[in-house]
Amino acid sequence: MGDVFGAIATIVLGLGVFVGGLLLIYAGTTVVPKRFRERSQIAVFLGPALILIVIGLVVPALRTIWLSLLSDRDGSPFGGLTNYKFMFTDHNERIAILNSMLWVLLGGTVSTALGLTIARFADGAKGEAVAKSLVFIPGALSLAGAGIIWKFVYDGPPFNYGLLNAVTKAIPGWPKGFGGDGQRIWLLEHPAQMNTFLLIVILIWVQTGFATVVLSAAIKGVPESLEEAATVDGATKRQVFYRITLPYIRPALLTVMTTGTIASLKAFDIVQATTGGNFNTSTIANEMYSKFFLEGRDGLASALAVMLFILVIPVVVLNQRGQKRAQQMVGA
Amino acid sequence: MTSTTITGHEPLGRKLVTVLGTRAGRTFVWLLAILWTVPTFGLLITSIRPEHEIKTSGWWTWFKHPQSTFDNYFSVLGKRSGIELGKYFLNSVRIAVPATLFSVLIAALASYAFSWMTFKGRDWLYVGVIALLVVPLQMGIIPLLRLFNVGVHLGSVTLIPAVHVPALVQVWIAHACFGMPFCLFILKNFVSSLPSELIEAAKVDGAGHMTIFRRVVLPLSLASIASLGIFQFLFIWNDFFVGKIFAGGGGKAPITAKLVEVSGNRGQAWHLLTAAAFISAAVPLAVFFSLQRYFVKGLLAGSVKG
Repeated sequence: MGDVFGAIATIVLGLGVFVGGLLLIYAGTTVVPKRFRERSQIAVFLGPALILIVIGLVVPALRTIWLSLLSDRDGSPFGGLTNYKFMFTDHNERIAILNSMLWVLLGGTVSTALGLTIARFADGAKGEAVAKSLVFIPGALSLAGAGIIWKFVYDGPPFNYGLLNAVTKAIPGWPKGFGGDGQRIWLLEHPAQMNTFLLIVILIWVQTGFATVVLSAAIKGVPESLEEAATVDGATKRQVFYRITLPYIRPALLTVMTTGTIASLKAFDIVQATTGGNFNTSTIANEMYSKFFLEGRDGLASALAVMLFILVIPVVVLNQRGQKRAQQMVGA
Repeated sequence: MTSTTITGHEPLGRKLVTVLGTRAGRTFVWLLAILWTVPTFGLLITSIRPEHEIKTSGWWTWFKHPQSTFDNYFSVLGKRSGIELGKYFLNSVRIAVPATLFSVLIAALASYAFSWMTFKGRDWLYVGVIALLVVPLQMGIIPLLRLFNVGVHLGSVTLIPAVHVPALVQVWIAHACFGMPFCLFILKNFVSSLPSELIEAAKVDGAGHMTIFRRVVLPLSLASIASLGIFQFLFIWNDFFVGKIFAGGGGKAPITAKLVEVSGNRGQAWHLLTAAAFISAAVPLAVFFSLQRYFVKGLLAGSVKG
């Protein structure tokens, strides 16, 4: 029990010191000459966040760019662009890039579409909270947990605790697997990137809850007067949804899409927890992880990370533009 | 909007389409909700089946031969299995609660600056910060770890000496670093959508930034801050990588790191793994269900003016 109290004391002390220090510094800024006052106050508000971002993200990002130019063989500067060249020519890396494209195309869009559908039809329905909670549960689990959960879905012969095999076996006329009894080792099947699709399903399973919760909140934020006015004018429910609700919640839609797309780009933990990137299921993020932590090829891993970063910039810029436009539209 | 039916009586055909559409939609929602729950439900059932059963048959056969036991749970919590999950559970609390509070507070301050203070390059700085959402935290971990352990050196010149802080504080800082872009992404949208008339009025009344932040922005953003807090808490609770690297030694690791360790060492011990997975999921689920109303009130309600 002393442990618990110790923990609480640490938390309170830590927070107290931080908030107290901040207020003290802020008090200092109110007495500096007027010319610098605004600037120093900006520093107080923005400083803590920027310091964290610089030491945790900016410095590592710069270091990563530097590392991506070093040669993996002898660490000599400069490998030049050899890491980048390798990334686009090596067979395995190209499969990883292709897979990442599939993740990005499907991960964000499908989870957003499902979330929107659920948020739309559950709105005001009986048992709305229950349905939304059920969909959200996967989002609250750890990936270590999700890996264990999906093991019991995709597992194949010689064990028979995989749910998917049990289901397909029950479907008459389902093509037989090599086992002859209709059972498959699902995550080994890579014609047409089948196993990659199965892994994307896990991401969608995790991500849809977030989309539902956010979009549902957004839908509830649409002023009722707008919807009522449209209904009085004779609009059907469907018309109200497409012409009033949907444009109104555009910013939230963008947020959900962006979060989902970035989650897809970063997808490595799902891959690690299931196939480890074998059987043609690797992604850019997974390649980066395994090259860095398992194979010690820092240069190549860094080049892959740089590529991820470049790929996300258009996503973020589009999001920003969309948010601005939507705010102008609604604000007007 | 075409106004062919101002009378308020919808034509029967159209009404039918609407009703059927809604009914189909709701059926779809329930089908999805059930489908979404099946895998997790399978985990729950598996965790209460005896070891031998788990290894020889699918969990759905439990309905035909319902053999249940709580032994798996007692095993992972007890000392005999050597897992002692309870201890790691407390570790996770100690990591996740302060790390969440720090991240959210710092993000709220910065969101205010990005929304209501004017300075050159503000919007670009914000875009830059958000772009950092994609810096994989695996890349950030090693430089940060080096900062704590050996400091920053350029050749033989020490720029920053090693920062010796307790492992626990290191984990807090690490999580606050890696979570900051997401927190800002969520919170800034809300804070900047607060009615500008309110902020202006407070300024006219002579309120300084800190007063506006504390008296106007914080109270109005409480629902949004709470929902961000819930998300950040879930992320941190479910993380195992950061916790393992910064607090892995000396039995200070979070519960998820223990779970991964067990699944690595005892990959076939499904009876233990499933029970452990459920225990580690208990807190996030409890947090979500008890604080759910905040979501409804409006996570990101800010991106829609209401």
